[in-house]
Amino acid sequence: MKKELRLMKGNEAVAEAAIRAGVDGYFGYPITPQTEVIEYLMEAKPYETTGMVVLQAESEIAAINMVYGAAGCGKKVMTSSSSPGISLKQEGISYIAGAELPCLVVNVVRGGPGLGTIQPAQSDYFQATKGGGHGDYHLIVLAPASVQEMADFVELSFELAFKYRNPVMMLSDGAIGQMMEKVYLGPQKERSNSVPEWATTGKPASRERNIITSLDLDPNRQEVFNQKLQAKYDEIKKNEVRYEEFQCDDADYLLVAYGTSARVCQKSVQIGRDRGIKVGLLRPITLFPFPTKRINELANHVKGILSVEMSAGQMVEDVLLSVNGKVPVYHFGRMGGIVTTPEEVVDTLKSKLIGG
Amino acid sequence: MAVVTGIKEIIKPENLVYAKTKLMTENILSYCPGCGHGTAHRILAELIDEEGLQSETIGVSPVGCSVFLYNFIDIDWQEAAHGRAPAVATGIKRLLPDKFVFTYQGDGDLAAIGTAETIHACNRGEKILIIFVNNGIYGMTGGQMAPTTLPGMKSSTSPFGRDVKIMGNPLKMADIVATLPGAYYVTRQSVHKPANVAKTKRALRKAINYQKLNKGTCLVEIVSNCPSGWKMTPVESNKWMEENMFPFYPLGDLKTPEE
Repeated sequence: MKKELRLMKGNEAVAEAAIRAGVDGYFGYPITPQTEVIEYLMEAKPYETTGMVVLQAESEIAAINMVYGAAGCGKKVMTSSSSPGISLKQEGISYIAGAELPCLVVNVVRGGPGLGTIQPAQSDYFQATKGGGHGDYHLIVLAPASVQEMADFVELSFELAFKYRNPVMMLSDGAIGQMMEKVYLGPQKERSNSVPEWATTGKPASRERNIITSLDLDPNRQEVFNQKLQAKYDEIKKNEVRYEEFQCDDADYLLVAYGTSARVCQKSVQIGRDRGIKVGLLRPITLFPFPTKRINELANHVKGILSVEMSAGQMVEDVLLSVNGKVPVYHFGRMGGIVTTPEEVVDTLKSKLIGG
Repeated sequence: MAVVTGIKEIIKPENLVYAKTKLMTENILSYCPGCGHGTAHRILAELIDEEGLQSETIGVSPVGCSVFLYNFIDIDWQEAAHGRAPAVATGIKRLLPDKFVFTYQGDGDLAAIGTAETIHACNRGEKILIIFVNNGIYGMTGGQMAPTTLPGMKSSTSPFGRDVKIMGNPLKMADIVATLPGAYYVTRQSVHKPANVAKTKRALRKAINYQKLNKGTCLVEIVSNCPSGWKMTPVESNKWMEENMFPFYPLGDLKTPEE
């Protein structure tokens, strides 16, 4: 079927894509720079068309717990927020991971710590990829680099969430959430009627009762459960790594960047090549699982790697682990809501890795 | 007469005067002797059965003494984080509007850490039943001061009695909820005497029937005892509850539908 072309903000694209993907429910709370998600949904009134529930909760904490309840019924449900709000959701996210519930959490990242700023940043990488709340768990983390990907990753997120019974985070940032681009939208899909066998929908005589919980006080059983979770994450690492390469074939130097920084680094590659530096870009699309293997392979062919992220250097730790000492690895990034310029990246590449 | 060697031998139809209600599971209750939770659970299980709601019900259990409630009643359950049960129930009910959804929460869960979730769920008029067991203390963690602990009452974090000048005043959550437009039926009961058990069961049945009709939020508070936390025998604790808790938390309806 022909896709519809629209000019939209990333935040609006997430909302429209959620309606079209047949998402069952959205629970949110306003926070800049992601508020357009719930504003768009309230304007679109999908509860009158697809039957999608949209509710403004009293807090981010309440919103994520509404997601827990609805996801426990086997429904496709999501929430969105920005960094300070995502911190509030971490309790609920840990419980969702512990109860193995599928859902989508969108983080339109802004600068921190604390209230920080409302400008774009990528300083929530650790929180997103290493768990975020208490306990040994991981989210599947997708990093969109365009408005189109913010739309496309909604459906992908639910596919992965239900495949692995695991929460998915779409780690966007204030730039991609706020900027307008053309976006191709898929056709309206019907909401699904299928009920997963584990869902709480009322216990019929034909089955045992279903219990959604993350509690087991017996340490032996709790360890076995944790081993099961880790085995699931190993499966995810094996099957779901996604990345994109840009002029890596003949590259002497490699940039690694995701989201807005990857957009900036595409330009840096051009500028570098114009100046006679053979530079390529690897853009992780999944941040968990991380493209460890591919970066390790590329480290055999390049002289050095620059990890670019709008942070003090978070993803660079995963790049370092991937490279495992084969070549020098540096971090470059602006902080506090400032977007790196392509020239700054090339200048840093020259000064840190090439010299002169 | 035959020698009785075990309890199994005397469980015969002709001897049965009282039995475990159908929806209670075989799991052994985790409560201290004399605690009111067991009675409250039983009434709830009886009502879900009598109202034919087993396949229509999703319960939300709290964090606190009744954290394992999902082990005791044979229905679908979700275990919520501390205080978040009304938000979890909101998520369930909004997506499954034809089901009967209830929470069962203690006073620490509902009146301290979950105050916002409770008030906002009730204020939105979520079509859920909230069962609120108020024993004035944190039982599971070993008897700390609760938002409902009476002035002067001793606990492990108010060892010389609750000094309201330093520790603040007890909160009457059911009274607050009763002022909210979304609350449909709010009542305060107890389960310490047979007559009160019967009254509480009638109140819960009423609330469940309002839920069947998808009226607004119903909150049934059960003022209860905590012999272990209060450091009393069960009999002493019930007497103390009548003399001290009931004057502060008077039993009776706080809000009834205008019909």
